[in-house]
Amino acid sequence: MTTTRRPDAPSRVGSFSLWLGIALLSLLTVAPLVWMFSGAFKTQDDIYGISPIPPHPTLGNFVDVFTKIPFARYIFNSAFVAIIVTLVALLFHSMAGYALARLRFPGREIIFTSIFATLLVSVPVILVPLFIVVKTLGLVNSYWGLIVPAIFNAFGIFFLRQFYLSLPRELEEAAAVDGFGYWRIYWHIVLPLSRPLLAALAVFFFLANWNSFLWPLTITENPNLWMIQVGIASFQQQYAAAWNYIMAAATVAALPTLALFFVFQRRLAETIKFSGVGG
Amino acid sequence: MSGAALGSDVRTQRTRPPGVPRARRRLTQRRREWIAGYLFVAPDCLGLLVFVAIPMVLSFVLGFFESTGFGGYRFAGLANYQRMFSDPLFLNSVTVTFIYLVLFVPLLFCVSLGLALLVRQKRPLIGLFRSLFFAPNVISLVVVGVVWQFLLVDNIGVVNRVSDALGLGTRSWLGDPKFALASVLLVSVWFFMGYYMTIFLAGLQDIPRHFYDAARVDGAGRVQTFRHITWPLLRPTSLFVLLLTTITGVGGLQGFDLIYIMTRGGPNNATSLAIFYIYQQAFQYSDFGYAAAMASFVAFILFAAMLVMFALTRGGRFDYD
Repeated sequence: MTTTRRPDAPSRVGSFSLWLGIALLSLLTVAPLVWMFSGAFKTQDDIYGISPIPPHPTLGNFVDVFTKIPFARYIFNSAFVAIIVTLVALLFHSMAGYALARLRFPGREIIFTSIFATLLVSVPVILVPLFIVVKTLGLVNSYWGLIVPAIFNAFGIFFLRQFYLSLPRELEEAAAVDGFGYWRIYWHIVLPLSRPLLAALAVFFFLANWNSFLWPLTITENPNLWMIQVGIASFQQQYAAAWNYIMAAATVAALPTLALFFVFQRRLAETIKFSGVGG
Repeated sequence: MSGAALGSDVRTQRTRPPGVPRARRRLTQRRREWIAGYLFVAPDCLGLLVFVAIPMVLSFVLGFFESTGFGGYRFAGLANYQRMFSDPLFLNSVTVTFIYLVLFVPLLFCVSLGLALLVRQKRPLIGLFRSLFFAPNVISLVVVGVVWQFLLVDNIGVVNRVSDALGLGTRSWLGDPKFALASVLLVSVWFFMGYYMTIFLAGLQDIPRHFYDAARVDGAGRVQTFRHITWPLLRPTSLFVLLLTTITGVGGLQGFDLIYIMTRGGPNNATSLAIFYIYQQAFQYSDFGYAAAMASFVAFILFAAMLVMFALTRGGRFDYD
């Protein structure tokens, strides 16, 4: 290696081996997912085989997962809860974000700082009192208990407020002159303008709720209300060493999230980058 | 909601009757904005109050009470706290959390910064590679847990087969107290590294190009460029990542989900992280008061760590010097 070599202009061989290294490393990173996927198609006898290609590929594991336990029900519960939470959260957070960015009212800064402070609080730390609050409200073992507490999240508010701060005021002012009230300005002007951002947040919220485990585990005893992650955890206890079944269930749970990610990855990356820049 | 009423108000602005004094109309206008503002933030504020703020306060209060069977509570003073500091399992869980944290934060920091530097430059397929590094993070922690448990199965799991083939022998990765915490730790890093890589990438892209041009003109090598340009200019991002990974290390969901799925705190309590032990006390032994006291303690430690960090960064200033 010569000391005079420019950082941007490495030799071709060096550049290629670096590229190859990155490629291998990225493949190694997803290798566990490859084994999950292949394990889902392997038979019980082949499951510990090291080859990622199933010697006797079968769909039987999926059939068993859907017939031995109410897996379709868990999928429905997760999709239902995740979609409702996402929609309501987008509405509430964009309303709050808009007001905190645009409307002037006493206490606005205090409210914003308080909301921001809740970013430090994570579910595991307040789990016990949160459970007591939800129990007191009579929401244990209900869809309400799964949905309502999952809606409120300071990150979304903060994210949207930051965006509304950067929005040009002219459109809203023109709308105000045309006799629009605040709600109509928000609904007809601000919301349509924030559509790309809302799409990014929607992916983010959907993934978080689809993947959520601790809260659904804590709040639902009734198996009819179990969400997919709780279902998998219980399935794993029931069929401890039947890894072909468990990998099939895991694949079903993981595929929608991977598909969403690869379709919306650019938008998701924007959301995450913001969390780095904005924090 | 309040649309029609607010709309009509703005309309009066244009068709104001000549007799109405201007100042009074202005005041109403301002009031309207106040009311709209409060109504817009009300749903989220109410929700955060009920589901975050009240539980925070309740956690603290509950720590001074003990459960008396079915939903009853009795004031217990400091009994829960006294019990906490003489409970070997709790003290063990604090130690385990501490070990996990001091390994998790620097390891995750270095791995994700390393990845960000690797995939920083545009190369063929680099977008795909970035996505592959990120992919584990979109999978649920439950799935991550079962998949790794499958790969780490004793003797015949893929990891043991590979390590055996490489002449390293086999290990009981999750069954041996010496390796269990390290295994969970590495899985956590694997899960999070793409996320923090993305944050670092954004930070790297914010470094103005001309710094690198200047370094090149001066003939600086890679190491020098990193030391004198990238590292100091990346400071705000680095501090932010340290803050976020510390919060995640102590109270993140992976600390529960992975443990619940992979080890249940075992073997021999070697992976009993504090939040997992608290969950067990609360929901397996129904000891809510004791669990709340321990959770308050963890929240307090986290809060203290944040204060130290804010002090070190001069009030959380993540900006350039």
